[in-house]
Amino acid sequence: MEIFFQQVVSGLATGGIYASLALALVMIYQATDVVNFAQGEMAMFSTYLAWQMLQFGWPYWMTFLVTVSVAFVLGLVIERVVIRPVENAPILSIVIVTLGLLVILNSVAGWIWTYIQKPFPSPFPAKPIHLGAVYVGSHDIGEISVMLVMLLLLFLFFRFTPLGLAMRAAAQNPVSSRLAGISVSRMLMLGWGLAAAFGAVAGLMVAPIVTLEPNMMGGIQLYAFAAATLGGFTSPGGAVLGGFLVGVVENLVGTYVKFIGTELKLTVALAIIIIVLLVRPSGLFGRAVVRRV
Amino acid sequence: MSAILEVENLEAWYGRTQALYGVSFAMELRGITTVLGANGAGKTTTLRAITGMVRTAGTIRFDGKRIDRRATEDIVALGVAHVPQGRGTFVDLTVEENLRVGMYARRDKSTVGMDFERVYRYFPVLAQRKRQLAGTLSGGEQQMLAVARALMLGPRLLLLDEPSLGLAPLIVQDIFRILKAVNAEAGVSILLVEQNARLALELADHAFLMETGRVVTSGPSARLAADDAVRRAYLGY
Repeated sequence: MEIFFQQVVSGLATGGIYASLALALVMIYQATDVVNFAQGEMAMFSTYLAWQMLQFGWPYWMTFLVTVSVAFVLGLVIERVVIRPVENAPILSIVIVTLGLLVILNSVAGWIWTYIQKPFPSPFPAKPIHLGAVYVGSHDIGEISVMLVMLLLLFLFFRFTPLGLAMRAAAQNPVSSRLAGISVSRMLMLGWGLAAAFGAVAGLMVAPIVTLEPNMMGGIQLYAFAAATLGGFTSPGGAVLGGFLVGVVENLVGTYVKFIGTELKLTVALAIIIIVLLVRPSGLFGRAVVRRV
Repeated sequence: MSAILEVENLEAWYGRTQALYGVSFAMELRGITTVLGANGAGKTTTLRAITGMVRTAGTIRFDGKRIDRRATEDIVALGVAHVPQGRGTFVDLTVEENLRVGMYARRDKSTVGMDFERVYRYFPVLAQRKRQLAGTLSGGEQQMLAVARALMLGPRLLLLDEPSLGLAPLIVQDIFRILKAVNAEAGVSILLVEQNARLALELADHAFLMETGRVVTSGPSARLAADDAVRRAYLGY
């Protein structure tokens, strides 16, 4: 039973990472109908920037803030420079552009910082926390808390601020939004910025677990896709829940299904994606998109 | 006469297809002008040209300032509200959120002019449904919401594209009565595109008739209502 709880908590911890990345994917997908395959690599790149700042001797939380801000600006720039020119291109072109971005970010990171794994510090104490009969890592608890706070902030922003409302409006109905005086292109840029900032937090939180290297987000991005597919690409709340679910399921399956173990864990993500697409293509909370032809 | 809107030699294109050929007209401040014409005459395109939604040539002046070649959202922010055909409701937002979106571009966010209270007084049914998702409203209520959302901008000019489309006659009368009140009380100038010529001519003080992308007749609505050609073609008696 103790093992079960430990696995659930550490599943929730990784699930928080998947949830954030899935939310970033969904945010961009809702606003632009684009699945951003470079989301994970953007997070990885930001984490390297953070590593560099830490090498300079900057304190952790200052690094955290600077990294998130820089990631936000990078998100804006990427939207403006790379995505905007292909905004009205066929969906396949945009997919290829984000895949290109993935490869570029990956190789540039490798070129600057090499492919050798680097340890990345956790801001939380190394001592495990005692929860009843169970010991859980304090990084797990800290990381879940950080993710929940970020999610809450994002929710409050979208729910209660005029800018958040304008962003939701722009994602839903661009033509009407422009007629309401909202600059839709500015909202899209902002959406990319927020998603990038969110991804950066996920990167910072996951790097201490998986250690920093240019390919560290590869598997995580796959789980994020599984999470977004499970929750529904049209439902931000669903994507978050999907993230936590995928995290827990992945961990429990890895623990209890002997032949899967840690080596085949990634298959779980693929299995989830395929099963959801077969059984309920719009995900648990998503809405089927009906198009008139 | 001081003009709120002056359009000169306006041409418009959808891709390579030209839809307007040298449209010129002016609108009086605080006036109500209606655009009549058959389907495809260029009425909707005229409205879309004013808010920069199609490629145009020619000049458009709002309150003396050129607004052609400006981005839609900037034109709107100057105080030109446009209620498109099909209402453009944000179906996944609540009624109140729809109205908040309408307020987004407003420069003066104080309660001067239009505010929730005033808009809810014009449209009491929206006040009852303010927490409801806009997508669950009936067609008539959505049309009211579209007008209400446009009013939240505190506009000086309101462009309306077929507000009566698909609505029951009683609801149409309701909406037209409110438009009249908005014009009289808040001094909002209105440019109305309408298929229901009889109703439109009753409401408007000026009217012009369009055919294949050109203005063919214009003048006070009473004169157009008496015009034989207009009567036969659009009023049906």
